[in-house]
Amino acid sequence: MAEMMYWQAILRAHDEELARDPLVFAMGEDIGVAGGTYKATSGLYAKYGPERVIDTPISENSYTGIGVGAAMLGCRPIVEIMSVNFAWLAMDQLMNNAAKIHYMSGGKIRCPFVMRVPGGTAHQLGAQHSARMEKVFMGISGLRVVTPATPRDAYGLLKSAVRSDDPVVLIEHESMYNLKGEVPDEEFFTPLEGVEVMRPGRDLSIFAYNISVHWALQAAERLAKEGIEAEVIDLRALKPLDRAGIAASVRKTHRALIVEEDEAPVGVGAEVMALINEDAFFELDAAPVRVHAKDVPIPYNRRLEKAAIPNADDVVAAAKKLLGK
Amino acid sequence: MEASDRKRLLREMLFARRFEERCAQAYQEREIGGFLHLYPGQEACAIGVLEKARKGQDYVVTGYRDHIHAIQCGADPKEVMAELYGKETGSSRGRGGSMHIYDVDHHFMGGYALVGGPFPLAAGFAKAIKLRGGDEIAICFLGDGANNQGTFHETMNMASLWKLPVLFVCENNLYGIGTAIERASSEINQYLRVAPYKIAASQVDGQDIDVVMAEAEKAITHVREKKEPYFLELMTYRLRGHSMSDSGAYRSKEEVEQWAQRDPIGIFKKRLEEAGIIDAAAFQAMDEEILEQIENEIVRFALASPEPRVEDLERYVYVAEGA
Repeated sequence: MAEMMYWQAILRAHDEELARDPLVFAMGEDIGVAGGTYKATSGLYAKYGPERVIDTPISENSYTGIGVGAAMLGCRPIVEIMSVNFAWLAMDQLMNNAAKIHYMSGGKIRCPFVMRVPGGTAHQLGAQHSARMEKVFMGISGLRVVTPATPRDAYGLLKSAVRSDDPVVLIEHESMYNLKGEVPDEEFFTPLEGVEVMRPGRDLSIFAYNISVHWALQAAERLAKEGIEAEVIDLRALKPLDRAGIAASVRKTHRALIVEEDEAPVGVGAEVMALINEDAFFELDAAPVRVHAKDVPIPYNRRLEKAAIPNADDVVAAAKKLLGK
Repeated sequence: MEASDRKRLLREMLFARRFEERCAQAYQEREIGGFLHLYPGQEACAIGVLEKARKGQDYVVTGYRDHIHAIQCGADPKEVMAELYGKETGSSRGRGGSMHIYDVDHHFMGGYALVGGPFPLAAGFAKAIKLRGGDEIAICFLGDGANNQGTFHETMNMASLWKLPVLFVCENNLYGIGTAIERASSEINQYLRVAPYKIAASQVDGQDIDVVMAEAEKAITHVREKKEPYFLELMTYRLRGHSMSDSGAYRSKEEVEQWAQRDPIGIFKKRLEEAGIIDAAAFQAMDEEILEQIENEIVRFALASPEPRVEDLERYVYVAEGA
């Protein structure tokens, strides 16, 4: 078991899949010669050449569409979008083509397409580089949406996404590329469906994903010192959501807190709350609570940016509120 | 070209015309729902170009006016009609409809409703062909209206830059939905619009199938041998509206009548008559035989076919495990 950074785990998954299957290729802005904005494809251009590690022009919608077209003929493209806001430009090809082709061809054409996007707010990048688009992706029928919180899952989810015959959007995080974690040496695949219990507990369930898993884990640590045992659940797969896994935790703790980096309206928290309502309402001892970003375009100013995005303190406060403490 | 092939081509064009007219009738009878975009007037384009392609091997994609392109690739017209009737036996098992016909066995990779959406898909097919190392090509049929989308410019740039074997066929019917080309495009000669991308291009009459075939042969040879894109503009006209819900208010009766004089079927029929390949009686017999086939084989099949089961509504959202 080696410790590696999130970006290194993504690089390892790329390298293994490119080596295994000549129909796997990677494309995106600056991923080749420059090695990728977050180094996640560094060295691959020299190893696999320009036909399989492709530097694209700044044309998100059409290079996404080129990936989709190649996938329809059996290739397995890994398309990187440099910053998640830019994925808005690719939504036509992603939503109208990648997500729909298998269904609207009556199952006759498969689209094993992977899009990687670094989501989330980083450090003062402003409103056009700080989007959190999971709510948009998870609202699209036909897509799978997964989001790794650890280097282990950054590797395992990308491996599974490339092998999947469905289109998969993989949401990474700009602030997590240097995060370190243990990744097993042998090849493995993280399932594209299902939650993972990151820390068991009995007093409340904290549902989180991507970077908010870390806020939840920090909060759980602090709560434990006060005698509160929080169960931290990494949702990991946002579409399809594991409703049975969510309900199972609520049945155990009877209290639910959802932590998301995104604004609340029409978000992951709203969806998880709805599922809890539908599947485990009578198990609840208190009304579920959401911790989420303020409903504002992300500001540049450091203090304002910090105030817009939740953190572990907010999770601790919300947990206590949920427990009436 | 052999006389028998020329006669077959005439039959294919007449079949396309009658097939689409029958669709219009079924639409008016409410047997077909949704939007319906028909091909009359443009038959020489798809039929002429695909006559020079390797049908069933080259990968073809188009917009929503797609029935005839699918059939010319080798799709069974019965399955295309059944798709329009929303049946389980349809090309897309009743999940696609008129705008989304597929026939993967014959490499017809679909019709798409978003104008300009297929440009990058076609380039993607060409990318896959290149990675696999085959000598097939991708062929993308779209109208002039699609050239005002960003995907046109983005894809032309990448197709040229990466030397992708893709033939772009622009069926210029002079209207983008209901807006005349000179009101929507600052350069009305569409083939000139790819010049900055260094793509070889030409513009020819799309109503004369002999002209279409001659130019398509050159274009396809260029793409297949040089392994780079080509842009072929065919000047054509649709004799019906954009879709069945088109009022036609944007073009004059005189203009439509003038173009009807250049009906591709009329032009080719006259040429075959002059060459002694067909006469009026034989044409009449051909027409009757087509109408009979459409009614008794094709429409009957669509009518008799079962609808998809409601229990299968969620099937095909994802690829089933083990499928």
